[in-house]
Amino acid sequence: MANLMGSIPDEADPLEIPALCEGAMAALRSFPAKPEHQTALGFPGELVENWQEKAIEKMGDLLTKYRSLKVYMDACVKCGACTDKCHYFLGTGDPKNMPVARQNLMRKVYRRYFTFTGKHLPWLVGAEDFSKEVLDDWYTYFHQCSQCRRCSVYCPFGIDTAEISMAAREIMDSIGQGQKYSNEIIGKVFKIGNNLGLPPKAMRSTLDDVEEDLKTETGLDIRLPLDEEGADIMLVTPSADLFAEPHIQGLMGYAKVFHQAGVKWTLSSYASEAANFAMFIGSYDNMREVALRIRKAAEDLKVRRLVFGECGHAWRVAYSFLNTLAGPFDFLDQNHPVPQHICEFTHDLMQEGKLRFDKSKNDAYRLTFHDSCNVARASRMDPTPGGQFEIPRAILRATCNHYFDMAPDTIKEATLCCGGGGGLLTDDLMDLRMKGASPRMRAMQEVTREHGVTHLAAICAICKAQFTKVLPAYGYRANGILSVHQMVSNAIVLDGSIQQRELNGEGAAAIETAVAAS
Amino acid sequence: MITVIYAALFVVATLVLVLGLGVKLWSYATTPAPLKIPTTPAPITRPGVVWRLFREFAFFESLFKANKWIWLFGYAFHLALAVVLLRHMRYFIDPVWAVVAIAQPFGVYAGFAMVAALLALWARRVLVARIRYITEPADHLMLALLVAIGVSGLMMKFVARTDIVMVKQFFIGLMQFKLNPLPGDPVLLIHLGLVAALMIVFPYSKLLHGPALLFSPTRNQVDNPREKRHVAKWAEKLPRRQAAK
Ligand code: HEM
Ligand code: SF4
Ligand code: SF4
Repeated sequence: MANLMGSIPDEADPLEIPALCEGAMAALRSFPAKPEHQTALGFPGELVENWQEKAIEKMGDLLTKYRSLKVYMDACVKCGACTDKCHYFLGTGDPKNMPVARQNLMRKVYRRYFTFTGKHLPWLVGAEDFSKEVLDDWYTYFHQCSQCRRCSVYCPFGIDTAEISMAAREIMDSIGQGQKYSNEIIGKVFKIGNNLGLPPKAMRSTLDDVEEDLKTETGLDIRLPLDEEGADIMLVTPSADLFAEPHIQGLMGYAKVFHQAGVKWTLSSYASEAANFAMFIGSYDNMREVALRIRKAAEDLKVRRLVFGECGHAWRVAYSFLNTLAGPFDFLDQNHPVPQHICEFTHDLMQEGKLRFDKSKNDAYRLTFHDSCNVARASRMDPTPGGQFEIPRAILRATCNHYFDMAPDTIKEATLCCGGGGGLLTDDLMDLRMKGASPRMRAMQEVTREHGVTHLAAICAICKAQFTKVLPAYGYRANGILSVHQMVSNAIVLDGSIQQRELNGEGAAAIETAVAAS
Repeated sequence: MITVIYAALFVVATLVLVLGLGVKLWSYATTPAPLKIPTTPAPITRPGVVWRLFREFAFFESLFKANKWIWLFGYAFHLALAVVLLRHMRYFIDPVWAVVAIAQPFGVYAGFAMVAALLALWARRVLVARIRYITEPADHLMLALLVAIGVSGLMMKFVARTDIVMVKQFFIGLMQFKLNPLPGDPVLLIHLGLVAALMIVFPYSKLLHGPALLFSPTRNQVDNPREKRHVAKWAEKLPRRQAAK
């Protein structure tokens, strides 16, 4: 087990329920947004004077706009089925991180101002005035929810705490109490086009570097085009794919697949971000603004298809919301799903027999797959429900000899969040991120004990960044997290490449001459 | 006098139940769901969604995935409640339907099962720290109300019998706006008083959970956002800011 630094503990049930520890996470508050982060999104710069009145007004407004919120405020029977389903509760023991308790932070205000019993008999139904203490609790605990929807799978009424935490964040934004991390990032998209604030020049120079690396590796001229009008496909990918490992290896994988498929494709600098953080703050308006950039870029570049790179909530917004927010996409080629996931694209080619893999190239990895929450529980990949589970696994099995699933109650629809989703991937919440990752990490340790698993693959930029930080604390190397298309990139045998000649048994010397001549 | 009071009580309770529920459900039905948010994997056709909801109503499928104990007690309670309600139909229809007649012998067992399951659910509320933490006085009160209804009902079967023919005539009469006398047995009056209370609180309490399931977007939406554009009216009217074309 070359990749393991520390030792893996003998026994630890990933889903072990902790004892309640009241107030355990009460002191951990995400940094608040600065006035300029707020105003860029159309929110007040700081807490407005009559915030209580405004917040209740906003809540009333949302209750007429979102049936989810309205029904979920009423429907909970306090059965407790969700209480042990949140990774943040499992990791911290703080009872306010139990999904129903998190919902109750809003429900008690809802009841106080919007229901008969709450108005007249507040003690009976736990209704409370919207005091500053309650607002503080909101800020703390609605920023300890990664909106992963695990709770909604198990609730008998489908109550989705993510919907409630999105509404809560929108209410807080509307009174000037936003979170720095998410709001600053959304501002960057409006200003520059992506979450990391990479200007077109920086993008191009990264892409040049990648092209050079690919040339050295394969001997082929594999292009990574930017802003090329008239391409068939526009790729929208998280900007992290142009910035950090292991994301960038995933980007190489996409480029190789496009190259082998022989399609003309391009990235856009205007829509250089797939990850739509406005979803995290529940702002339809901002989410639509970000989504419309993608539409505009597709129109300007006159492309015919839209493909999304590896990113969890990006895929939720793309698959579930893009048509709603920025559609109809009748100007694109209707013979393909709009938009399409890069895994769907690669998988289609595999099925058509157009991709050849040398699995032994990935023999260094004993691999498992982390289902990212937004892909697993809030989207789909064609052709059937559950394709989002099968397609990435099919790709991994085709590219790697040693693949093992984690325990069934921790994968697919029951998957555990990496701990960094929903706008919580920020250093000021590191304690929560570490603790929230523990159920997932314990599930990984199980397959390490049983099958010697060393690596984890994922299709989400947030998961990748989060695991890079978390893995070392659980006995793995930071680079134990891989992109799915990194595995593709390692194993793919492109026509005319060095790898193809190697595989066909040509000697090293012959290959060198051929490369030098090309 | 008791007859008049109880007749009035049931007229009011029925009105509150029907109108209150109607208003609530209408407000659910007319509140838009602006985004497609089914918890996936979700059905990709409408019949698939009907089947999903049927499984939730008939088997409490999600609850079964979540927690076998809560499922067992909860399912036993609701099933027993359904049988008991069915059995009670004999007080409102004449002649009774075949299903209602068939349900009669099971009704008594169901009564016991209902009370036992309620007590088990109640025990969880007290004994399991997580559930104790999320429990409010109203949750205890609701269980107390249902247990009291169940126990007073069973008492009329086994301890203090009442004249059920008279009871039936009272309700049948009420449905035709006629006053027939109600027996004055205290246990019966307690039982009926609590039932009326249950009917009155139904639309304004967590008892909404049953019908609410029908309106839950994570359960009732078809997973076809790429194929079919889904837009809410209010969202269509939002002004665009910068990326507009
Ligand atoms: C119409 C369909 C209904 C469905 C699908 C349904 C479903 C459920 C489910 C899944 C639970 C959670 C599990 C549990 O604690 O038992 C529950 C709880 C409960 N239900 Fe229902 N229910 C329905 C109708 C009713 C009705 C008509 C009543 C009473 C008049 C009722 C009373 C209760 C109570 C009191 C609880 C809470 C039990 C506790 O405190 O632990 N339900 N229901
Ligand atoms: S959505 Fe996820 S993070 Fe939020 S309460 Fe539910 S399980 Fe916890
Ligand atoms: S599972 Fe659903 S109904 Fe039960 S306590 Fe949790 S949110 Fe409430």
